[in-house]
Amino acid sequence: MVPLSWYLILAAALFAVGIFGVLARRNAIAILMGIELMLNAVNLNLLAFWRYLWSDNLTGVVFVIMVLAVAAAEVAVGLALIISIYRRRSTVVAEEIDLLKW
Amino acid sequence: MSDPFVTIGQFIKELLIGLGLEAALTAVLLRIVGAAVLGGLVGAAAILTIWAERKLLARIQDRIGPNRVGPYGLLQSFADVLKLITKEFLIPRGADRYVFIMAPLVVVAGVIGMWAVMPLAPGLVGTEINVGVLYVIAIGAIGTLGIMMAGLSSNNKYALLGAFRTVAQMLSYTVPMLLTLLIPVMLAGSMGMSTIVEAQSSAWFILLAPLAAIIFFISSLAELGRTPFDLQEAESEIVAGFHIEYSGMGFGMFMMAEFVHAFTISALFSVIFLGGWQGPGVEAFPLLGLFYFILKTALIYFVVIWLRGTFPRLRIDQMNAFNWKFITPLALVVFMVTAILDKLVVQADFNRTAVHLGSNAIIVLGTLFLLRAYAASQRRRKEVADRPQIQHSEAAGD
Amino acid sequence: MTLAQLIFLAAAAVTLVAAIMVVTSPRLIHAGLWLILSLAGIAVLFILLDNGFLAVVQVAIYIDAIAILIIIAVMLTRAVMSDADRQINRMGLAAAFASLILLAGLLAMVLQVPAASPAPLVEAEVNLDALGRALVDVDGFILPFEVASVMLVAALVGAILVAMAPARGD
Repeated sequence: MVPLSWYLILAAALFAVGIFGVLARRNAIAILMGIELMLNAVNLNLLAFWRYLWSDNLTGVVFVIMVLAVAAAEVAVGLALIISIYRRRSTVVAEEIDLLKW
Repeated sequence: MSDPFVTIGQFIKELLIGLGLEAALTAVLLRIVGAAVLGGLVGAAAILTIWAERKLLARIQDRIGPNRVGPYGLLQSFADVLKLITKEFLIPRGADRYVFIMAPLVVVAGVIGMWAVMPLAPGLVGTEINVGVLYVIAIGAIGTLGIMMAGLSSNNKYALLGAFRTVAQMLSYTVPMLLTLLIPVMLAGSMGMSTIVEAQSSAWFILLAPLAAIIFFISSLAELGRTPFDLQEAESEIVAGFHIEYSGMGFGMFMMAEFVHAFTISALFSVIFLGGWQGPGVEAFPLLGLFYFILKTALIYFVVIWLRGTFPRLRIDQMNAFNWKFITPLALVVFMVTAILDKLVVQADFNRTAVHLGSNAIIVLGTLFLLRAYAASQRRRKEVADRPQIQHSEAAGD
Repeated sequence: MTLAQLIFLAAAAVTLVAAIMVVTSPRLIHAGLWLILSLAGIAVLFILLDNGFLAVVQVAIYIDAIAILIIIAVMLTRAVMSDADRQINRMGLAAAFASLILLAGLLAMVLQVPAASPAPLVEAEVNLDALGRALVDVDGFILPFEVASVMLVAALVGAILVAMAPARGD
């Protein structure tokens, strides 16, 4: 059987990769991709803990389902925002969208 | 010999264990062999269905169809496959090489993957998982991804347009398809494909949910990209759509995926709405179930070909309006009515089939009434719009 | 080493390599495709965790909907940011440093977790019947479930409103 710590190490690595994408990427869509990676790392963690420690309780699974729903909503709204910004200002580079940063 | 499939499996298993393999490894190997056989058979079935489709289409259009290679032209598809294999697989300059090569593989994999949960006969199913219907939807949509990859990597504007059309069409028609698939799931009380088939022993679900069956059929036609929804490869508008740059076996794999997909959707329809392998005498001879299954699938496949030979292509705005303004709301209404009535039936002990059939008839009548009112209002609006125009042209004539 | 461990290592390697390609690939389209591979690896891990249901849901939601949406958005906005442009901002090194520190911190915590033996599940698979009931049970998760549905509708309407073409004269 796979030890629990393997899943946790993988999830931690995935989360770190995702946060690097969010911090370092210039393109706003690439930032969204980084967020997706982070959410997936969290899901993996939740499910690993559910399977190994609380498998008689459904909270972990329900939490994963909620994360999936939130991810879907987040991508829909996020991409809509990016496309709207692209229409008005013809840019998708996050550091150029700085009108509020004075 | 009550169950020949189990016997064959047992025979191979014992053979492998006799050769000195571990039991666990044997089980894995058996799975792989089973998957290869099933995938190979489905792929081979495509060759036959291509012949059947060409012959039938030819008859519908008052032609003879393939008749030179072999008896009745039966070997024509084999000749075509040989020709495609010997041709060069060209990769256009500026194409995204690896994505370009991967795309046909992804499309074929997505279609053949759907057969993993298809119950072919009692006890004969690739793997029985409790979320079979969801699996079919998820794997089936992988094909969208392959088409998208083909469109993106070809470095060709027609391919890109075709890919965009495909994705728009497939994503939007998945909504009514999912909604109508939920109705048999509700009636059977399970998402497992074998359980759905077993639940239809008394009455096929096409009797309990005829409207859902029709909506599912239409939206799966759109999912297929078959006439009248073949906008993604409309020859007169975007040449050949997403596979314009593919040659040789790359093109062949897209063609094969399309035909296998049509066949798969027919099989899915027959499993979910026509009772799959259910039929007289199945309990005694399980092999008879396979025959019934193929018979029902062939029947549905004939309807698909028939529609292809009959209908013209829709415009893209008509395709979208039809989905969002007609099919999806209707599917939602049917879904809600079925859900509520099925609960009531269980509590009030009515005849289930009669109640569902009656509710469907009422929904059809209501839909027709609404459509009539809509058409009348459109006519009135058109009259109003036409009137000043006529006066204007008369004035110009003077 | 058992078969499950081999599958885990293979899936984990694919997931992680694909994830690194997502954040470093210079072509955004490729980043989107790598994202799909990474999500597929996660789905395999879900199956290893005896949760086939969530694996299928992962494929249906993430790969079929979210990833394809992201690729479409990349295509729609490709004109302004060509692939030859710099993809990593000027804080790239600092970001790498920060994520490495985060990784080190997380690993330090993870390695303190005792090697728990897998608890025996009541059934081999996740109990879908119980899950469905729990989602609509008053004592279960009906509130988050309903809030999630309201949120999805709000996101749907909001996304359409935001992405709608600006009115003429805007």
